[in-house]
Amino acid sequence: MSDEIKTGAYICKGCGLGDRLDCGQLATIAEREGKANVVKEHDFLCNAEGVAMIQNDIDNEGVNKVVIAACSRRSKSEAFNFENVAISRTNLREGVIWVRPDTDEAKETTQEMAADYVRMGCAEIKYMTLPQSSEEGSAGSNSLLVAGGGIVGMTAAIEAAAAGYPVTVVEKSGQLGGGAAFEYKRVPERMPYAEPEDNGVAEMIARLEADSKITVHLNSTITKTSGAPGRFSADISTESGSTSTENFGAIIMASGASNYDANQLPELGYGKTPDVVDQAGLEKLAMEANGGPIKRPSDGKEVENVVFVQCAGQRSTKEGHLPYCSGHCCLTSIKQAMYFKDQNPKIDTNIIYSDMRTPGAGGEDFYRSGQQKGITFTKGSVSEVTVGANGPEVKFSDLILAQEVNGKADLVVLATGQVPNSGIDIDLPVTADVEDIDLDNLVPEVKVESILNLTYRQGPDLPHLKNGFNDSHFICFPYETRRTGIYSAGPVRRPMDMAQAKEDATGAALKAIQALENAKLGRAAHPRSGDLSFPSFRKEGCTQCKRCTVECPFGAIDEDEERYPQFNESRCRRCGTCMGACPVRVISFDNYSVETVGQQLKAVDIPDEFDEKPRILVLACENDAYPALDMAAQNGNNYSEFARVVPVRCLGSVNTIWITDALNSGYDGIILMGCQKGENYQCHFVKGSEIAHVRMSKIDDTLQSLSLEAERVATYEVAITDIERAPQLINDMAETVEKVGMSPFKF
Amino acid sequence: MSDANKQMVEQYRNDFLREVEDNVEEGEWVKMCMQCGVCSGSCPLGPHWDHPPQELFAMIRAGKRDEVLQSSSMWMCTSCYNCIVRCPRELPITHIMHGLAHYAKRLGMAPKEQPTHKFSQLFWNNLVKTGRVNELRLGLSLYFMNGIGEGIKTSLKMQKIGLGMLMTKRLTPMELIGGHKCKDARGLQAILKKAEELEAARIPVAGK
Repeated sequence: MSDEIKTGAYICKGCGLGDRLDCGQLATIAEREGKANVVKEHDFLCNAEGVAMIQNDIDNEGVNKVVIAACSRRSKSEAFNFENVAISRTNLREGVIWVRPDTDEAKETTQEMAADYVRMGCAEIKYMTLPQSSEEGSAGSNSLLVAGGGIVGMTAAIEAAAAGYPVTVVEKSGQLGGGAAFEYKRVPERMPYAEPEDNGVAEMIARLEADSKITVHLNSTITKTSGAPGRFSADISTESGSTSTENFGAIIMASGASNYDANQLPELGYGKTPDVVDQAGLEKLAMEANGGPIKRPSDGKEVENVVFVQCAGQRSTKEGHLPYCSGHCCLTSIKQAMYFKDQNPKIDTNIIYSDMRTPGAGGEDFYRSGQQKGITFTKGSVSEVTVGANGPEVKFSDLILAQEVNGKADLVVLATGQVPNSGIDIDLPVTADVEDIDLDNLVPEVKVESILNLTYRQGPDLPHLKNGFNDSHFICFPYETRRTGIYSAGPVRRPMDMAQAKEDATGAALKAIQALENAKLGRAAHPRSGDLSFPSFRKEGCTQCKRCTVECPFGAIDEDEERYPQFNESRCRRCGTCMGACPVRVISFDNYSVETVGQQLKAVDIPDEFDEKPRILVLACENDAYPALDMAAQNGNNYSEFARVVPVRCLGSVNTIWITDALNSGYDGIILMGCQKGENYQCHFVKGSEIAHVRMSKIDDTLQSLSLEAERVATYEVAITDIERAPQLINDMAETVEKVGMSPFKF
Repeated sequence: MSDANKQMVEQYRNDFLREVEDNVEEGEWVKMCMQCGVCSGSCPLGPHWDHPPQELFAMIRAGKRDEVLQSSSMWMCTSCYNCIVRCPRELPITHIMHGLAHYAKRLGMAPKEQPTHKFSQLFWNNLVKTGRVNELRLGLSLYFMNGIGEGIKTSLKMQKIGLGMLMTKRLTPMELIGGHKCKDARGLQAILKKAEELEAARIPVAGK
């Protein structure tokens, strides 16, 4: 391919485009204004003939930049997938004819809309180059590092090794198995989900030891982790002080959870009598009994009547309690009640619950099995456990029979929850002075030692989201954390039981393998999987303000010795938040930059103030808002003919210069559409939308300096399902513009 | 501890649940209730019950023996089977209700004045005598169930219907004396007696 730039613009006349639009005029615009070297119209561009026409121009005419003026970039992506050329998709179908009525009055403005989009496509392509993959991870390591040797860590190791990847497991304690090793039996994992089964730890340890691909370091911790996917380097230090450094392609954090400290529950009798135990305490008693009658600790009497108190110190807003449901305790209590029933069905076992929650495929079956064995389930709430003459006394209110009860028991088991071992909350010191912290929701830290000891600029561990759990996109993209190539699995990312944790570990192992393979090819991990572009910066222009290093949602950017940003491409998710952050606009991607968008919005024809044709710029997140607008078009929901929509990778990538430029060039209104932010974020890049909202909250100064009304710029959270609302927001802005009048900045 | 609380002490043990399992028809299902309340919500007479089925099950588990067995609730069941159809745990609720009523009756704990209870007894007595239900007598005994005054009043009110039935040969006054019988009424009574003995051997009866 020659270095000469040759742009081809291809205008489709299919899907009604040819009937609704004057495609000849569009071709002229592409040629004269867009400066395209080759301009062609086609009746059916996405069919084999149309595609062959473009391919022929690429192969034989030297076209290396392609503008396809047809449907949305989300349609026909396979047909219009040309290799080794930069491609810009101009959306005339979903973006123009499908959102405008097919009437004579609308014809003129519809044509203007299409013409603008062709100008925008040609402007964008001018500043786009074909992304070349980063060489950074090409010599990447194939090994996986697993932090934690519990059920999760062992499962991840076994699964990754089975897929052919060497694994190193680092376990802090002297034995594998984690909490599960201390369980007498586990909740069944297979049909018919009726009987507790062997905890399976010994079998797993045997598999680990027999596998030549798995190396285990006991009594060891990870004292330093640096690098990026494909080239992580970790220091593994033993208790005795020796340290070895190894390279890894990806990391799985499986540090699990600790038991909530039941000593914080004196009102439930814990610590006042040995006959009140937590679930771990009961496992110990069951192990001691080993199938024989379980004896209560105080006097060794065989237990005849045991009461289980669910949600002890959890799902509660009281200080020191856990606000969340730990997810496993109901099933665990049913299992533990079975220890008694299986030994002697005459033993009375009463589980006092407020909501019976039995997640997982077999949860309901196991609950039913418990009922069949004669476990009594009482819907109630326990207020107090006191020490009586013959054993603990449980004061509770029965919520079905609406009565207060003071019941006796030989043994009381408190179903306390899980506290994640998620390391240091790196956001605390940073956000403490800028944002309000909800002190009520802070969970007491059990351990504050770092798990991973990352040398990342943003802090030594994975960021937390809520209640001390690691931030992982737990609905859409489980295991994905905010550190590329480091996957968290098991109860460190959300409360869960053993079966779910194993599933989690398997998923994380596969994601980790995917990450290290992607790193080798220089490709992005989710959600822009396969993207080869990466941020680069013009060092001469950089002022070392560090905004990019602070705002990167994935901690991808460190500082080099000269205090310039160091991008670590394989950590990058290509969201462009750094590009949006940069006040001097030196950060860009090959195919996405301040110019590719800035030139698009400048290419739009701004009619004279007296034409009564305002222009509204819509910067829409390509993940949710843009699809929502596309789907609105498919449903025939119209929106204002004055809107010009530009998709952005993430609202976080929106640089305020675009807003300033747009206002200066005479746009009357600007709408930013991003994803839901906050704790229940939907943002694919976690923080992008949030950061954009913060930036835009400060845009008022810019507006003031231009003597413009604040209503002219609006930022919204839009969901992919908002197919009615998203067009409505555009129409609302059109009304607003009508109310406040046209922008005075039209030339 | 107050007296009320002392009484509670032995509650929430499983003695009564076991008693129900052993003695009540389909009683082994009681433990399977998950307290969703669909039965209570589905019962067309639900609002008139002191304790809807799901609550009765909770009471059995809580060991409230007297309250359950003396309750009029299970006598309210009309066997519409809505609850059985809807129960997500597939409990035969209608049958359990009748089983509980029956067990309470055997123990002599059923509420004496509960109309269903009274009518059931009338029906039984009527049937056992001849092996056939004597509808005329059963109807009249129902009218007079709550005393002579009310009986005469109801009879007068139903006079027209009675005469109409007479005219269309739907009713024979001869049924008042003796009435029709099955072939071997004595044989039937012997069968019932034997059945009663067998059942008494299994389940305690009132007074024992």
